[in-house]
Amino acid sequence: MATMPASASDLLKSFKLKTKQQELLIRVSILCLVYILAFITRLFSVLRYESMIHEFDPYFNYRTTLYLTENGFYDFWNWFDYESWYPLGRIVGGTLYPGLMVTAVLIYRILRFLRFAVHIREVCVLTAPFFASNTTLVAYFFGKEIWDSGAGLVAAILIAVCPGYISRSVAGSYDNEGVAIFALLFTFYVFVKAVNTGSLAWSLASAFGYFYMVSAWGGYVFIINLIPLYVLVLLITGRYSMRLYVAYNCMYILGMLLAMQIRFVGFQHVQSGEHMAAMGVFFLMQVFYFLDWVKHMLSDTKLFQAFLRITVTSAVAVGGIALGLGMVSGYISPWTGRFYSLLDPTYAKDHIPIIASVSEHQPTAWSSFMFDFHILLFLFPAGLYFCFKRLSDATIFIVMYGLTSMYFAGVMVRLILVATPAVCLISAIAVSATVKNLTVLLRSKNKVVQTGSTKGSGGSKSSSKALLDQSQPFQKNGAIALLFGAFYLLSRYATHCTWVTSEAYSSPSIVLAARGAHGNRVIFDDYREAYFWLRQNTPQDAKVMSWWDYGYQITAMGNRTVIVDNNTWNNTHIATVGRAMSSYEDEAIEIIRSLDVDYVLVVFGGVTGYSSDDINKFLWMVRIGGGVFPVIKEPDYLVNGEYRVDKGAAPKMLNCLIYDRARGVEIGNKDVKLEHLEEAFTTSNWIVRIYRVKPPNNRW
Amino acid sequence: MGRTSSTKEDAGALFHSLRSAYAATPVNLKIIDLYVGFAIFTALIQVVYMAMVGSFPFNSFLSGVLSCVGTAVLAGKSNFLSPLFAKDLPPERAFADFVLCNLVLHLVIMNFLG
Repeated sequence: MATMPASASDLLKSFKLKTKQQELLIRVSILCLVYILAFITRLFSVLRYESMIHEFDPYFNYRTTLYLTENGFYDFWNWFDYESWYPLGRIVGGTLYPGLMVTAVLIYRILRFLRFAVHIREVCVLTAPFFASNTTLVAYFFGKEIWDSGAGLVAAILIAVCPGYISRSVAGSYDNEGVAIFALLFTFYVFVKAVNTGSLAWSLASAFGYFYMVSAWGGYVFIINLIPLYVLVLLITGRYSMRLYVAYNCMYILGMLLAMQIRFVGFQHVQSGEHMAAMGVFFLMQVFYFLDWVKHMLSDTKLFQAFLRITVTSAVAVGGIALGLGMVSGYISPWTGRFYSLLDPTYAKDHIPIIASVSEHQPTAWSSFMFDFHILLFLFPAGLYFCFKRLSDATIFIVMYGLTSMYFAGVMVRLILVATPAVCLISAIAVSATVKNLTVLLRSKNKVVQTGSTKGSGGSKSSSKALLDQSQPFQKNGAIALLFGAFYLLSRYATHCTWVTSEAYSSPSIVLAARGAHGNRVIFDDYREAYFWLRQNTPQDAKVMSWWDYGYQITAMGNRTVIVDNNTWNNTHIATVGRAMSSYEDEAIEIIRSLDVDYVLVVFGGVTGYSSDDINKFLWMVRIGGGVFPVIKEPDYLVNGEYRVDKGAAPKMLNCLIYDRARGVEIGNKDVKLEHLEEAFTTSNWIVRIYRVKPPNNRW
Repeated sequence: MGRTSSTKEDAGALFHSLRSAYAATPVNLKIIDLYVGFAIFTALIQVVYMAMVGSFPFNSFLSGVLSCVGTAVLAGKSNFLSPLFAKDLPPERAFADFVLCNLVLHLVIMNFLG
C-alpha cells in the first residue's frame, strides 16, 4: 500500500512536475474530456437519421439564417417577410431575437475564412452542442467562484449530461435556448465575479453578457428580475458594500442601453412593468450609497439614525408614488400574458388559449422532474444545506437562482431548462463537499505514511481527525463505503442521462420512426415528402392553409406562402383558421376563399396510429376559434363532455371540415362527399394530406 | 411639540456637521463631485425639455438622459481615492476600467441616437 503511491509519485516526478502542476494537469484534462463529452452526447440523431433541423421553430430560425448569409446584416435587420401570414406579412427584422442567427453566421464565416467548406445547415445543426460544451466551461468557472475548483469540475460534468439541458440542445435543435442558456450562465457568472471583486471591468463584461442574452432569448426577463431581487436581498440582509454598488450600477446602465439596441425589445426597459424592479433597485442603490457616504461623514451615530429614518421613509414613499402614477396613467405597461401566467398559472387557460395550448407550457408533472434531473433532485436540498452553512455573496446568489428557477420550473415544463444550471451547480457543491469530507477522513490516517501526493487541503483537518480516528476505528471503512456509494450513484446518473438522451430527446420529430411488424425500424419521412411535393408541384404563388404548427416548415421547405405559422403573433388570424377548420364545409369555403387559399394541408394519423395529428389538436382549434368568434362553441363538439371521434361523436363534429379532411377513411362518418375541395396529394403513409380548393362552378 | 423641535434641532445639527465634514475632504474629490453634479444637472435639463416639447424621438431622449446618468454613475464609482473604496485594486487599473466603460457607454449612445 505504501509502495504504490511511491511509484506513482515517482512516475509523475519523472515529468518533473510539482504538486500544483500535477493538479493543473488533472484539471485541464478533465475539462477537455467533459467538453468533448458534452458535444458527443448530443449527436444521437445526427448519427441515426441525418444532419437536419428538428421540430418547428428551428425551421424559421434556419430560414432567417439563410437570408442573413445571402443578404448581409443590414438587409436582414430591415427584412419584411411577405411569405408568411398571408395577407399580412411579417416584419421579421423587428420581431425576432437575432442572437442565434448572428452567432451561427459568425461561426460560418470564421470556418469559411479558415477554408473549411461547410454548408450553413451543418453549422446550424451543430451550433447547439458547441454552445453546450461552452456552457460546461462556464459552469466550471462559476463553481470555482462560488465554492472551489472541485465543485466547479463536478458542476461541469453534471451539466454536460443533464437531460434537462440536453432536451433543448441536441444537434439539430436550432433554437434560441441552445445559445441562451450559455448566455444566461455566463452573465450570472460574470456578475457574481463583479460583486466579489468590485471591479468595473467585470461589470462591463456582465453588461455585455446581458446584451448577448437579450439578443438571444425572450427569457432575459428572468435575468433582469433575478439580479435586482438578489441585490435587494443583499441590501436587506445588511451586505451592502461598494463592490455591490459598482457591479450593479454599471451592469444596469450599460446593460439597459445595450439591450435597447435590439429592436424587438425596444424601449421596454423603461416602459414595461416587467423591468421596473431593476429600475427601483437602481434608485434604492443610490439611496444606500448616499446613506453610506453620510454615515462616513458624520461621527455622531444618533444623528445618523434620525437621518436614516427620514431618508428611507421618504425614498420609499417617493418610489411608491412614482410607480403608482406610472401604472395608473398607463405609461408603464402591466406584465404581459406570457409572463403573468408564470405568476398565476390559471390565467392563460381562461384568457389566452394560444399560450395554454402549447404543450411545453403545461405545468410540470413529478415524473418530468425525475426524468430530467435523476439524482440531482435529492442532491439539490443537500447542496442548499451546504450553501447555507457557508453564506457569502456568491452562495446567496446561487441559492436564490436555484429556488426561483425551481418554482418556475414547476409552473411550466419548458422552464426546467432554466433551472438546470442552478440545480447542477448546487448539487455539485453537495457532491464536492461530501466527497471532500470523506476523502479527508480517509487520508487522515495515511498522511503519516504517505509522502508525495496532491491537494494539501487535508492538512489542517488531519490533525484533528487523527484524534477522532483513534476513537472510532470503523470510521475509515464507513468513509470508503460511502465513497463507493457516491460513485455508484454518479455512474447510474451518467447511464440514465445517456439512455434518456438516446431514447427520448433525439427524435427530429419531422422524421418519425417506429417498429415494423417484424421488429425492424421503419422510418416515416412523410412530412418532408409532402413539403417537397408542395415545392415541386404547385404554382409559385400558391397559398397553403394548415394549422399553425406546420407553418414554419412549410415556408422553409415547401417554399410557399402560408396563412399562419408558429410565431402566433396574430390571434385573430389564427382564430379565423381555427374557425374554418371547425365549421361545416359550406361556411368554411367562404372563409377559405376570402383568404385566397389554394391548398389545405392536414395531418391524419388514422392509418399509422400516429397520435399527434390534427384531430387531436382539434379541440384547441375550437377553443382558439371560439375565443374570437363566439359562433364556435366548444360544447357543440363534445358528447357528454367527452371528446370522441368515432361513431358516437357529436353531429357538428362529424360534419365539420377537419373531420372530413383528416379522417376521411376513419370510423364514424365514412363516405363523406367533398364539394369544394379535392384531394391533391397524400403521402405514402397517409400522414399528410393536401387538398386543392376547386374554383367555383360556372353556374350557367 | 417637543418631538418636532428636537427633529428640527436634529436636522439643523445634521446639516451643520455635514457641511463641516464635507469641507474637510480633499480638493480633487470635490472636483469629481462637481462633475457628477453637473452631469445630473444636464440630465434634469433634458427631462424638463422633453416635458415641454414632447418625447417624439424617444430613443434620442433616452440616449441623452442615460449618457448623463451613466457618466455620473461611472464617475461616482471611480472615486477611487475616497476611503469608501476597497484598496485591493491599483489606481491605474481602476482608471483604465473607468475609461473603458465610458468608451463603451458613448459608443452605444452614438448608435442609439438615431
